[in-house]
Amino acid sequence: MSLELVCPAGSLPALKTALDNGADCVYVGLKGNTNARAFSGLNFDVQGLIEAARLVHARKRKIFVALNTYPQATNLTEWNKAVDSASEAGVDAVILADMGLMRYASRNHPELRLHLSVQGSATNYEAINFYREHFDIKRAVLPRVLSLQQVENVVGNTSVEIELFGFGGLCVMVEGRCLLSSYVTGESPNTAGVCSPARAVRWQKTANGLETRLNGVLLDCYADGENAGYPTLCKGRFEVGGETYYAIEEPTSLNTIELIPEMARMGISAVKIEGRQRSPAYVGQVTKTWRSAIDAFHGGRRSDPAWMSALSKLAEGQHHTLGAYHRPWK
Amino acid sequence: MKPLARLISLLPAYPPSLAFAGVLDLVLGNIARENSMAPLIGKTVRINVLDMGLELNIRVDRKGFSPAGSYASPDLSISADVQDFLLLASRREDPDTLFFSRRLLVEGDTELGLAAKNTLDAMEMPKISFPSPARVLSALLKPLH
Repeated sequence: MSLELVCPAGSLPALKTALDNGADCVYVGLKGNTNARAFSGLNFDVQGLIEAARLVHARKRKIFVALNTYPQATNLTEWNKAVDSASEAGVDAVILADMGLMRYASRNHPELRLHLSVQGSATNYEAINFYREHFDIKRAVLPRVLSLQQVENVVGNTSVEIELFGFGGLCVMVEGRCLLSSYVTGESPNTAGVCSPARAVRWQKTANGLETRLNGVLLDCYADGENAGYPTLCKGRFEVGGETYYAIEEPTSLNTIELIPEMARMGISAVKIEGRQRSPAYVGQVTKTWRSAIDAFHGGRRSDPAWMSALSKLAEGQHHTLGAYHRPWK
Repeated sequence: MKPLARLISLLPAYPPSLAFAGVLDLVLGNIARENSMAPLIGKTVRINVLDMGLELNIRVDRKGFSPAGSYASPDLSISADVQDFLLLASRREDPDTLFFSRRLLVEGDTELGLAAKNTLDAMEMPKISFPSPARVLSALLKPLH
């Protein structure tokens, strides 16, 4: 079975670009805080989602809707309504993290296919099988904290399809359980839908360099010519033990293009490209590169060094890594 | 030289912000008037074309785009070289990519910048009316009348 290529779309032009460049599936979010890319001006309203689903299906591809933040007691209705809207639009799956929302979806829309979001933080097969037994999930997206050996262990012990992140933002925490940003902004991505709310972000050029602040807290100061990253706490430079450095993770993107043969051998079902917050140009370039790489692998052709350079340019800090997947000492 | 770059190179002969606002209004004015740019209404945006030493101050309101005085402290300031502005405008490059490589700088109200970027990204290209050269020229010459 061919690895399915799942690409991000924050807007209709990005969605069309993904389809034009060979995405098998696109994933989108609705406006509001029901998904983990809740940025101003991004995402689809209900009418836009209906239009998007029609367009994707006309081209015989699939569309998933991420509803992967955690509703609170005061706003549960909004999340439930979002599930209803996705179902009515006829999407191919919803990507959920919250158990309550899964229960709502499986009871009210039994025909709707459920995927467990990376935000669900399921890192072992027992957790994934629990979701399958109770809510009949068909696929799980694994957090970017497992080594390939650990991934293989999961795949070997569940009938649930496994989707892995292939390229883009590298989250070093167990997604869905990260409260780091709420430490300085009072909002966590799990409930508010973004790691760093844009209103709390300030960039300023000073005599020292380009300063990045989050809610007034200095995260980093880039010297001239030094590559920059997203304004998140986990990728900030801090003084620890008298030394100032990237104490948690440096600005970098995950890039697993060289692992395609490994992923196929293990029985991974799909590869996910991160980046609904990015522009159509990014979606087009990444989708095109991954489409070529997957097709080359299935066609028995060699890898092309041009893929790496195309992806490096788009990476955070212009730097990429295999992240936790690569643990050679194991 | 690309047509837009050629136009921009003509700008110093005229009050640049006034002329740039005229061209922006031709291309995106309807969108501003349709209220698709709600977060930007009443805000001033400074565009710094670094390699040309150009500073363009634009105000967005419900009537469209108009020039703002250079003394005004803008709500949002966007700096890049002319080539990179062209790559962004033609959707050939992603702003985050340019930011990571330090070719694009956004200062001031970050949320405003993000809202503007996402609003422009979400527009279907045919909705953006690309004016004829004659209309661009008349917009550029308007300050002289």
